[in-house]
Amino acid sequence: MDTFVQQLINGLTIGSIYALIALGYTMVYGILKLINFAHGDVYMVGAYAGFMISVYAFNSQPSIIAFLIVLFGSMLIAGSIGILIERLAYRPVRKFSRMTTLITAMGMSLFLEYLFTFVFTGIPKSFPLLIPNENYKIFGEVTINNSQILIFVVSVVLMIALQYIILYTKIGKAMRAVSFNLNSAKLMGINTDFVIAFTFGLGSALAAAAGVLVAQYQPKIFPLMGLMTGLKAFVAAVLGGIGNIPGAVLGGLLIGMAETFVVGYGQNVGIPSTYRDAVAFAILILVLLIRPAGLLGSNVQEKV
Amino acid sequence: MSSWVRSLIGGIAIIAVLYVISLMMSEAGLFGMGIDNYTARLFVFIAINVILATSLNLINGFTGQFSIGHAGFMAVGAYASAYFTVNYGEAIERAVSGSPGGAFSSALVLILAIIIGAIGASITGLIVGIPSLRLKGDYLAIVTLGFAEIIRIVILNIDAVGGATGYQVPGYADFLWIGFFAVITVVVVHNIVRSDMGRALISIREDELAAEAMGVNTTRYKVTSFVISSAFAGIAGVLFAHYNKFLSTNDFQFIKSFEVIIMIVIGGMGSMTGAIIGAVVVTLLPELLRRLPEIQVAGTTFNFADLRLVIFALILILTMIFRPQGLLGTKEFGLSWLKRPRVKPEGADSVGGTEGTPIAEDPEAKHLTSEGDD
Repeated sequence: MDTFVQQLINGLTIGSIYALIALGYTMVYGILKLINFAHGDVYMVGAYAGFMISVYAFNSQPSIIAFLIVLFGSMLIAGSIGILIERLAYRPVRKFSRMTTLITAMGMSLFLEYLFTFVFTGIPKSFPLLIPNENYKIFGEVTINNSQILIFVVSVVLMIALQYIILYTKIGKAMRAVSFNLNSAKLMGINTDFVIAFTFGLGSALAAAAGVLVAQYQPKIFPLMGLMTGLKAFVAAVLGGIGNIPGAVLGGLLIGMAETFVVGYGQNVGIPSTYRDAVAFAILILVLLIRPAGLLGSNVQEKV
Repeated sequence: MSSWVRSLIGGIAIIAVLYVISLMMSEAGLFGMGIDNYTARLFVFIAINVILATSLNLINGFTGQFSIGHAGFMAVGAYASAYFTVNYGEAIERAVSGSPGGAFSSALVLILAIIIGAIGASITGLIVGIPSLRLKGDYLAIVTLGFAEIIRIVILNIDAVGGATGYQVPGYADFLWIGFFAVITVVVVHNIVRSDMGRALISIREDELAAEAMGVNTTRYKVTSFVISSAFAGIAGVLFAHYNKFLSTNDFQFIKSFEVIIMIVIGGMGSMTGAIIGAVVVTLLPELLRRLPEIQVAGTTFNFADLRLVIFALILILTMIFRPQGLLGTKEFGLSWLKRPRVKPEGADSVGGTEGTPIAEDPEAKHLTSEGDD
C-alpha cells in the first residue's frame, strides 16, 4: 500500500510536468494542425533560461523570491522565443502543405538542440536548488518532497490561469474561434496572426515553467532533455484528445503514472524498467488504433 | 538498340565503375591512384544512405504516406542478420569451403544475411503497416515513430544481441557489395514506380478517395509499398552492420529516421534522382562543414566546425521556406534532354502556362504547394 501511494505521488509529479508541456502541443495543434516538434526543445530552452537567471542574477542563492523570479523570467524568455520561432520559421511555411510545416518543425527542433549543444556543450549542468530540498513523511513510508509539492501547486495555478484566459478573456475567445475555423475567424475581423503568435507564446511559457520545475526536482539539465519528454508530452496530448485542453492534462497525468508504475511494478510481471520509454509509445499506438480522437476528444467525420 | 540490350550494357558499365572504385579503395590502389580510408567510408555511407532514401521515397514520396520510422526497420535488418552471421556465419563458411575467409563462401554468407535481414524487416513492416496505414498524415507519422522507438527499446533489452553494450559483427560487406545493392535498390524502386503499381501508388498520393473510387485497392497498395520500403531499409541495415562491424541501438534513434526524411525532402519528394542527390548532400555536407575554422571571441574559442549541425538544421528550415518542393520537386534529373529536342505539346502555351504536364509531375501541384484550410 505504501509503495503504491508513493508511486502514485511520483507518477502525478512527472505527470503534471507532461501535462504542462502537453498543453502547448494541444493548443498549437488545435489552431494550426501542426505537430510542433520544437515544443519539447522550448521546454529545454526554458530550463536553460532559468539556469542562466539563477546563476547570473542570484548567484545560485536559494530563496523563494529568487525561485519566483526565475520561474517568471524563464517563462517570459521562452514565451518570446516561441513567438519568434512561429514568426521566423512557421509563418512563412503556413501556406504550404502540412508535410512541409511538419518538416520545418523537425528542422527547428534539431536547430535548437544543436545550437544549445554548441553553446552549453552536451555535458549536463546542475541546476542550482533555489528551494532547499526537504522531505515530509505523510504516513507509513510514504514521503513527499517539497519540490513535488511545488510542482503540484505551480501547475495547478498555471492550469487555472490558462483556463481563465481561454474561457473568460477576449483573446481566449479569439483563440477558440480560430481553432474552430481559421478562415471564418479571419472573416469576423479576428487578427489570426496575432492569435497564433499569442498561442505559441502561451504554450512556450507553460513549457518553460515545466522546465524550471523539473530542474528543481531533478537538478540536471542538458540540451537533449526535451527530446523524449517532448515526445511523451505529445503522446499525452494525443491520449487526451488533441486540441482538447482538459484532455491534455488528463493524458499527461495518465502517461506519468503509467511510466512510474512500469518502473515500480513492471518487474513483477516480467517487464524490465528499461521499457519505461516504450510505455508511452505503446499507449499512443493503442489509442490511435482504437480511439483516434483520444479519451476526451470528439470524433470528427472527415468531409469529402 | 532494344531496351534490354541497353539495360544490360548499362548494368555492366555500372558494375565496372563500382569495381574500379573498390579497387582504388584497396591497399594497393589502382595504377597508383588510391582512395584513403576516410573518403572510402564516405562513399560507403553515401551508398547506404541512397538505399535508405530511395526506399523511403517509395512510401513517402510516391505513395504520399508520411512515415518517420525508417530507422526501426533498418535496426531489425541489422540485428537479425548480425545475429545470423555471428552465430552461424563461420560454420557455413567452413561447410562450404573448409576455411573461413574465402571470397565465395563469405559472399554466400553475406547474401544469406541480406535475405534474412530483408525478410525480418519486411515482416516487421507488415506488422507495423497493417494497423498504422489506416491512419493518415500526422497521425501516421507519429505512430511509425512510436513503433520505431519501441523496436529500438525491445532490441536494447535482448541480451543475445549485446543489449546496451553493443554488438560485434564480422565485416562481410565491402564497397562493391554496398554499391551494388544501392544500384539494385534504385533500379527496383524505379521499375516499381514505372509499373502499374507505381501509377496506383501515385494515384493514392494525389487523391486517395479518387483512387479508391477508380478501383485502386488503396490499403493493399499502401501496405505493399510499405513492406517493400521496409525490406530495403532492412538491407541497408544489414550492409551497415557488416561494414561498420559494430552495432549499437544508438545508431537507430529517431534522429536517424529524421536524417533520411531530410534527404528526400532536400532532394524533392517523389523524385528518384532527388533522393539520390539528397543522400549525397546530407552525407557530405556535415563533413564539408567540419573544415570550418576556429575563432576566438572574448577569450572563448568557438570552433565553427561544431556549428556544422546547427548550420545543417538551418539549411533544412531555409529549404522548406524557400523551396518547399525540394531541389528537384517531383522532376527527374537525367541526360534525356541531350538525346532529343523537346517538342511542346500542341496548344501547350494556351493552357495556363502549365505546359501540359500531368498533375503528378507538376511541381506546382496541389499536394506540394497548397492545402485547403480545414
